[in-house]
Amino acid sequence: MSAFSITEPTRRQKWIAGILVALYALITVMPLVWIVMTGFKTGPDSIAYPPKVVFSPSLEGYVNLFTTQTRLTPEQIETLPPPETWYDRLVREREKTIVGPSRFGQRFLNSVVIGFGSTFLSVFLGTLAAYAFSRFKVPLKDDLLFFILSTRMMPPIAAAIPIFLMFRTLGLSDTRLGMILLYTAVNLSLAVWLLKGFIDEIPREYEEAALIDGYTRFQAFYKVVLPQAATGIASTAIFCLIFAWNEYAFAVLLTSGNAQTAPPFIPTIIGVGGLDWPAVAAGATLFLLPVMIFTIVLRKHLLRGITFGAVRK
Amino acid sequence: MPKPVIERVAKATPASFARRVRGFSDRTIAWIFVTPTIFLLLAINIFPLIWTIRLSFTNFRVNRINADVKFVGLRNYERILSDPDIWQTMQATAHFLFWTLFFQVLIGFALAWLINRKFRGNDLWTTLIVLPMMLSPAVVGNFWRFLYQPQIGLFNYVVGFFTGADPASFSMIGDVSLAPWAIVIVDTWMWTPFVMLICLAGLRSIPDYLYEAAAVDRASKWRQFWTITVPMILPFLMLAVLFRGIENFKMFDLVVQLTGGGPGSTTELTSINLKREAFEKWRTGYASAYAVILFVTVFGLASIYVKALNRVKER
Repeated sequence: MSAFSITEPTRRQKWIAGILVALYALITVMPLVWIVMTGFKTGPDSIAYPPKVVFSPSLEGYVNLFTTQTRLTPEQIETLPPPETWYDRLVREREKTIVGPSRFGQRFLNSVVIGFGSTFLSVFLGTLAAYAFSRFKVPLKDDLLFFILSTRMMPPIAAAIPIFLMFRTLGLSDTRLGMILLYTAVNLSLAVWLLKGFIDEIPREYEEAALIDGYTRFQAFYKVVLPQAATGIASTAIFCLIFAWNEYAFAVLLTSGNAQTAPPFIPTIIGVGGLDWPAVAAGATLFLLPVMIFTIVLRKHLLRGITFGAVRK
Repeated sequence: MPKPVIERVAKATPASFARRVRGFSDRTIAWIFVTPTIFLLLAINIFPLIWTIRLSFTNFRVNRINADVKFVGLRNYERILSDPDIWQTMQATAHFLFWTLFFQVLIGFALAWLINRKFRGNDLWTTLIVLPMMLSPAVVGNFWRFLYQPQIGLFNYVVGFFTGADPASFSMIGDVSLAPWAIVIVDTWMWTPFVMLICLAGLRSIPDYLYEAAAVDRASKWRQFWTITVPMILPFLMLAVLFRGIENFKMFDLVVQLTGGGPGSTTELTSINLKREAFEKWRTGYASAYAVILFVTVFGLASIYVKALNRVKER
């Protein structure tokens, strides 16, 4: 584009636009920054007025997140041996003692297992189906997008009623396997549709050349098509992972003790004597950080994923 | 159009030889590849839907397994449509839907329009703006409750700082008149980037020569905006509204963590109401009928909307 182009905005326009957008961006990340900051505050600091921007950081929130504690009277404290580790000391200063690990670690692990399990399954099945939909004549092919959209129209709460009954009959309620299968099914339609878009973009001539060279159709699929589709598969996988990671409605209705993931758990974190905001914020930070990193990695493919491939750019 | 190479080769190859060389036939592979997906979708998407429709004609309750399940015809539907509470819920949902779409389209379009000026560093700012959209609504909604606390909350402090109001004098989620706006604010914060991204794609798809031609014809910037930018971006905006509309009609996680439907039932959106009927009062048959009504509503509205969208696209 030449320097004298009519459509090129002037320097001043660029400056004004830049400042306005930067301002909005800063406002938008404020709550997120506040979550991270609150995680490193002490209890009193977190509820101080006016809100504290400058404070001495403390790991109290994280210690409270990973442990369960009880309150002690001064007499009880005197009978105890002196604290051994830094986190023991931190808790002792608040006149409490650690009685064991909290359930956060286990809930977080559930999120990881269910997230990766369902992502693997939906991408695996989705790639196969997408290839078939892209290359062969398959019944129902034309109705696919409509079908995908309509499965997304059902409120999750509505779908949860029969699934709740079905899982109870099959013995899948409150199991990781049940949640993996459920999230796979929810993600699968999106995965198939996105992957079909990516595979459609790979020229058929590559496979045809391979077939003529004596590859079977299956070899052509995994030696020629799969490597070409690797970027598409990776970004689809991240989308599936983020969905399963963030999902709340099914998780809160269908799981309780055993397979509960982190989103229904984090809001229920309660410290000794009232809601412990630093611990909640610490949990939220650990939980949200991976997604923030993925978002930055994924930003080129973001649009395609969130619009089910309707907008490709 | 010439036939694909493979078909020509296939025709030229003797059948017996072809089978030996190519392993499974394409037909078999297609079925092997598609069957597991179809099976899973049928089991977890279609089958529950049919089951819900069947349950909606009964008085079944999950917490009373041994009670007789009676077929009650359309009585569940009659009761829902004549229930004033449900209409109140619908109003709350409509309020939420209208204002979130309004603000998200307005701010989202404005941001996209600014970002399209291609100033330096816009990639960085865009990524920052997009962050909230990707995060867990339940976890974020829960934290916003903290930001909305009177006195200690950051939101109240900032509002107080700029307006001079006492931060302890108002409670966004405790006040009947403010709570509906509290959920609109958080949803707008979270989902404006979605509309922004789609608008940006729309703006970038408009070829420069249209503006150049208009400038040669001495059309004012204002006129260019209304005769080129707006018509070209309309299909994109409508698509964004479709997606956000469907999502916000079934909104659950963010709002349930933020207000829990309260105070009273001022922010009790349809999904929250449905959850109460199905999983707290355990009126399974009734809730199923409710679910069917919601599904038909979204489905009907979305179909009409998609028709309109296609007409705009063709123009």
